[in-house]
Amino acid sequence: MKTISYLLLLVFSEGGAQSGSPLDVNPGVILWTVVTFVLLLLILKKIAWKPILNSLNERENFIKDSLEKAEKAQKDAEKLIAENKVNLSKADEEAQKIIDQSRELAEKLKTQILDESKLQAKKMILDATNEIERKNTEAFNKLKEQVADIAVDAAEKILRETLDKEKQVKLVNKYLDDLKN
Amino acid sequence: MLVYNPNVVSDTVKTAVEAAKKQDTGWIMHHVLDAKELDFTPFGIVHLPELHLLGMDISITKHVVFMWLAFVILVITFLYVARSYRKSFVPKGVTNLTEVLIVFVRDEIAKPTIGKGFERFLPYLLTVFFFILTCNFLGLIPYGSTATSNLAVTATLAIISFIVIQAGGMMKNGVFGYLKGLVPHGIPFWLLPIMVPVELLGLFTKPFALAVRLFANMTAGHIVILSLIGLIFILHTYFVAPVSIAFTLFIFLLEILVALIQAYIFTMLSSLFIGMAVHQDH
Repeated sequence: MKTISYLLLLVFSEGGAQSGSPLDVNPGVILWTVVTFVLLLLILKKIAWKPILNSLNERENFIKDSLEKAEKAQKDAEKLIAENKVNLSKADEEAQKIIDQSRELAEKLKTQILDESKLQAKKMILDATNEIERKNTEAFNKLKEQVADIAVDAAEKILRETLDKEKQVKLVNKYLDDLKN
Repeated sequence: MLVYNPNVVSDTVKTAVEAAKKQDTGWIMHHVLDAKELDFTPFGIVHLPELHLLGMDISITKHVVFMWLAFVILVITFLYVARSYRKSFVPKGVTNLTEVLIVFVRDEIAKPTIGKGFERFLPYLLTVFFFILTCNFLGLIPYGSTATSNLAVTATLAIISFIVIQAGGMMKNGVFGYLKGLVPHGIPFWLLPIMVPVELLGLFTKPFALAVRLFANMTAGHIVILSLIGLIFILHTYFVAPVSIAFTLFIFLLEILVALIQAYIFTMLSSLFIGMAVHQDH
């Protein structure tokens, strides 16, 4: 141990012990501290603090703006969706209304046409009936005329022939048969 | 990175050997204190130039070098990050990491504590946060040194914070309005002789607390780690080494946490004080 100590002593024997106390204030160090610090302050202020703080502020504003923008965009989109929904339901309603209206119209048209055709049919039937009646009457009148003619004819013939009773009966029967045919 | 600084180990061995002879504990301070050289033992020592201005010693020290290293790291990182923002809105890689911290400072520190018009103080708060954070972490890497464990550095940062707080208050409320607003409204006239000194004292206590808090926190962790390592040499036995190393590892992990927390606390309190100065009526 002693040998090692002496060896160490030999190796590191240069440099003397320092005098003084840690509370000593060296005016030279004060001067250099002031110079160093003030210079550092000025240089860093120019090359570092100003640009760095500006960029930080710029970035913070950028982020804030972006967030605000995103929020606004989201709100807009939400509003748009709500608007679309309203529009869609409105369109739905409109379509329903149109369908309802046309259905109503068709119904109305149907009843109208039906009524009209019924009326027309009735009229046609009535017309036909009238016609038939008229024709009937006409035919009947004609028949009456003919019957009268025939009767007159027959009478004439009967008168002309002046036949016996038997013949007369036969004749009448014959005419009656003719009439039937 | 988690394996402790070989510089510290070897150096500790060296100084511990001397200390064992003299029963001296000053070797711990060798690592905590500022120096005029960069100690890369066993690869050698880089001596830093000594400068004088108007009779004042303005030599470049170890802590100044590590402040500049933090400066360079921050400028390069943020040049890259700012460029990546110009390329695309979508962050990736390092940009993600820095964006988390930037947004944290903006939304969790500046916005709630300052309120309206917090944008004006954002560059200062972001710079102080990242500067302290980087300095704290540089102390945790091998051969590194914590600039924020130097009282001169933390005091200067606190004074700059103080100036920003007062300037912020005066810009908002006017110079006289701000000074008048320091004393609460509706106080009996005869209380003023007490209240004015108390409020003035309170004004200067805040940056003082800021400076001491950061300095003490960043120094304490290193001293604890060195003490745990030193235990091996003080107790003159190897058997304590596993315990020492386990505890050192634990403290080291704690220091990573502290590095983050202290950067946060310093920024948070500065922001809080700015908010109090700007809105005096609350």
